[in-house]
Amino acid sequence: MTELFLLFLSSIFVHNILLSRFLGCCPFMGVSSKLKTAQGMGAAVVFVIVLASCMTWLTYNFLLVPLHLEYLYTMSFILVIAALVQFVELALKKLNPVLYKSLGIFLPLITTNCAVLGVAVLNMNENYGLVAALVNAFGSSLGFLLAISLMAGIRERIESNEGIPECLKGLPMALITAGLMSIAFMGFNGIIK
Amino acid sequence: MASNLKVLTNGILSENPTFVQCIGLCPTLAVTTSVENGFGMGLAATFVLIASNAVISLLRKIVPDEVRIPIFIVVIAGFVTMIEFLMKAFAPDLNKSLGIFIPLIVVNCIILARAEAFASKNGVIASIFDGIGMGIGFTCALVFLGSIREIFGSGTWLGNPVASFEPAMLIVLAPGGFIVLGCCMGAFRAIQAKLASFHGVAKPAAASTGCGCCAMAKFCRKSESEKSECEGEAR
Repeated sequence: MTELFLLFLSSIFVHNILLSRFLGCCPFMGVSSKLKTAQGMGAAVVFVIVLASCMTWLTYNFLLVPLHLEYLYTMSFILVIAALVQFVELALKKLNPVLYKSLGIFLPLITTNCAVLGVAVLNMNENYGLVAALVNAFGSSLGFLLAISLMAGIRERIESNEGIPECLKGLPMALITAGLMSIAFMGFNGIIK
Repeated sequence: MASNLKVLTNGILSENPTFVQCIGLCPTLAVTTSVENGFGMGLAATFVLIASNAVISLLRKIVPDEVRIPIFIVVIAGFVTMIEFLMKAFAPDLNKSLGIFIPLIVVNCIILARAEAFASKNGVIASIFDGIGMGIGFTCALVFLGSIREIFGSGTWLGNPVASFEPAMLIVLAPGGFIVLGCCMGAFRAIQAKLASFHGVAKPAAASTGCGCCAMAKFCRKSESEKSECEGEAR
């Protein structure tokens, strides 16, 4: 139990998926200019990463391992994720139109988000059991939500600042901000041995 | 031939995937801790780009429009699996240091974006040239960033000691990746603006940070009103 809790904490703070593992940088830079949209994206990512980690864990351990087809993991994981995202989109549209309206727009973007495939591959490389894989997935995606919300909050303030040189406006400034955030997150390194 | 050459140089300079199109940021940030890693990643991505561009261009008339993205992804995943095998056999150390970023080439926006934007509309030869150009552009960017980070972060270049100063560890760690890329992008843009004013042409528009900079925007086929929300504009 303690181990799972530590894994949870370390996947949020110490090995933050965006700021120390560099997974999912495209949406981190692309959809972080408004706090509301950033939170929508983050919530959609949490939802998809947890579901996808569960499905890819099952695929790997009950399909690829028994058939000795482990080397096909890249192809099968991406297909599982793509199919899952399509399915979630259809299901949300039908079952919960309100949630669909707030998350639906981000779903097609998520298929090719490297965070989703990245967490699935990490779980496989680390040989996590199903529970540990789900805890890691949930922690990592919460870390994503945390980082993208913080980033959006900072960027909303930066945008209104007139003092930034012309050539640094937009993406370069966002990258430098992310670097500073990453330094701050390095402070968590000591909390878990 | 002249047009193919144009396609080739496009990828390296005017449409450089990293500095101009700002796509494929994750591997760019993660593997540029040294020149060797950056070069290895660049070569692997170039191989996948050329091969998938060629195959997708061959398939472009057979593939139905509705399912083209899944088919493209399967083609790309096939080549990524191949390059993973090759690297495991011939460059095991490099494979280890690149780690999960080799399987993650599948979701590298550059490759899918080129498949969608170029290979699915052009002939095989032109697509191969586009793959080579984009691949070289990506590799150059990675080697450039890798050089900066290796020289200032660990005081070496390709493993040979070059610096006479105390290297700053921070540059090879995660924060350095963001900061170095941000500064380089800013410098690149400043030079572009200077060149443009020198030649007396209009300044190039600043790279957007909304859907415009995300290669996936083309795939998220939503109505325009929703797209504007995605770009963070108040509705």
